[in-house]
Amino acid sequence: MASRNDVATSPIAGEIHRDNARIEISGLTKRFLTPAGEVFTALQGVSFTVEPGQFCAVVGPTGCGKSTTLGMVSGLDRPSEGSVKVGGREVDGITDGVSFMFQADALLPWKTVLGNVLMGPIFRGVPKQQAQASARDWLRRVGLTGFEDRYPHQLSGGMRKRVAMAAALINEPKILIMDEPFGALDVQTKAIMSTELLGLWEQIRPSVIFITHDLDEAVALADRVVVMTSSPGSVKAVFDIDLPRPRGSVQEIRFQPRFIELQHQIWETLREEVERAYARTAGGTA
Amino acid sequence: MSTTSTPSAAPVTGNGQASAAAAAKRAARRRIALVWAGRLGLAAVVLGGWQAFTTWGIVDPFFFGQPSGIWKRLIDLFQHGTEFGSFYQNIWTTIQEALVGFAAGAVTGVVFGVALGQSRFLSDVLGPYIKMVNAIPRIVLGSIFIVAFGIGVTPKILLAAVLVFFIVFFNAFQGVREVDRNILANAKVLGASQLQIIRHVIVPSALTWIIASLHSAFGFAIVGALVGEVLGAQSGLGLVIKTAQNNFDPNGVFATMFVIAVIVLGAEWLIGKLEHRLLSWRPPSPSEANLL
Ligand SMILES: Nc1ncnc2c1ncn2[C@@H]1O[C@H](COP(=O)(O)OP(=O)(O)OP(=O)(O)O)[C@@H](O)[C@H]1O
Ligand SMILES: [Mg+2]
Repeated sequence: MASRNDVATSPIAGEIHRDNARIEISGLTKRFLTPAGEVFTALQGVSFTVEPGQFCAVVGPTGCGKSTTLGMVSGLDRPSEGSVKVGGREVDGITDGVSFMFQADALLPWKTVLGNVLMGPIFRGVPKQQAQASARDWLRRVGLTGFEDRYPHQLSGGMRKRVAMAAALINEPKILIMDEPFGALDVQTKAIMSTELLGLWEQIRPSVIFITHDLDEAVALADRVVVMTSSPGSVKAVFDIDLPRPRGSVQEIRFQPRFIELQHQIWETLREEVERAYARTAGGTA
Repeated sequence: MSTTSTPSAAPVTGNGQASAAAAAKRAARRRIALVWAGRLGLAAVVLGGWQAFTTWGIVDPFFFGQPSGIWKRLIDLFQHGTEFGSFYQNIWTTIQEALVGFAAGAVTGVVFGVALGQSRFLSDVLGPYIKMVNAIPRIVLGSIFIVAFGIGVTPKILLAAVLVFFIVFFNAFQGVREVDRNILANAKVLGASQLQIIRHVIVPSALTWIIASLHSAFGFAIVGALVGEVLGAQSGLGLVIKTAQNNFDPNGVFATMFVIAVIVLGAEWLIGKLEHRLLSWRPPSPSEANLL
């Protein structure tokens, strides 16, 4: 933990830190065996790169393999073909310095808010006292001071997401993976939390892969937006977002002309895929 | 009951709310009184009927006992003991055997359940054998244990432990299998080692299942101890029952049964306390909120 802090503050070490945070995904293919015994290709030759410290959003129709991709970046799952490299090293086992915010709730229901945030440091062998101090600090940063002793079921959905965010960021990851982290939230809460996330990201500066279905959110937060095709997923287009940083409030940026232009371009690219995916599932159920 | 009245009271403000709360409280109290009246009434009818039928000679108290006789016998047992030591000592023997067997069976059940639930290989190798042993009528094991270990407490403890083991084992195994995949993945990404995953994720998650099994498991521990004692012992409630049976003393059998029921209820209460402590994180389920 202490060495991590050194890395974040010292400029020379900072360069090293940043260099080994590049994510290179090349030719990633994933096949599943369906219960019927057929081979189902979820991902087909996905390639894109996330530069160190870059915020990369991934959008694509439902079922195109976004979560599957993240599973392989984090090292929870193995690719059928192709590779994921982090800092030039092929991912083998859980990726070093990665934090993951899952699509579904992944808090431990039997631990309090504080206990949940403590998990990362405890697993990494940080002394209890120090871990507690840093967990309290992170809870303060996400605005949950006073809720340390509650259990997850005693929190609102938005508060649970804040806890998950604190639990993910407390390890000061060099890579932050977020799978529709705010997908289940109402529009206002989502905007507030996105702004908060940007603030925290600027403090730690990990490389981020952020999955979302919300194009406004993608454009407002990201440096780069990857658009995926419908199943089997592959990369359809990559957009670099040249809106200046710091971007400030997520609610306000969406009225800038450049924002609207980019958002429109991405939507034009994505629409076709969404329609195709929708036609397929609708056809399947009819 | 209180849950149905609260929402309807919500729109009312000030005085209305206070009186609605008071009404809800009154209704709850009335319900508790009614439940207790029902319980006591049922006991009165059953015991009174039993007493009456045996007194009138419709049912022969020589075979079926008689509540007043059982009560007298119970006092007699506590005051004068049995021909093999005081009644307290016999009770203690049985409790001891059941407790040690229960602890041993529960611990090994949890350990095996977690180990096999974790490891596909282990469960594939050991699974059939565990099913096979489980298929043996366990009472037969009692005879084997007595032949092997004599008539001391060891065979009773073993029998109780075996009975408890299988209940706890299958529940722990299932509990481990039901661990949420997301939570597991989350712990892995956060850097948990295999041991840390077991300690922080798998055991707490399986605990709901394990504790549920402990409730019935203690009953089985007592059964194990009693059966062992009936098969051959120098002390214990099983021996008291067997002796009473041989002496054509149904009141003695019923009196001992009553003591056993009190022991099991006491253990049940303790396990309930333990459950409450260990599972305090659980949201109260709507059915639980309305329960007694
Ligand atoms: N373990 C598995 N076995 C078989 N098929 C799977 C498995 N996991 C995912 N899939 C399939 O792979 C495809 C991609 O799934 P994935 O969860 O990555 O989609 P997604 O892009 O994250 O969708 P969403 O936006 O709805 O979350 C889906 O069609 C899904 O059915
Ligand atoms: Mg997904």
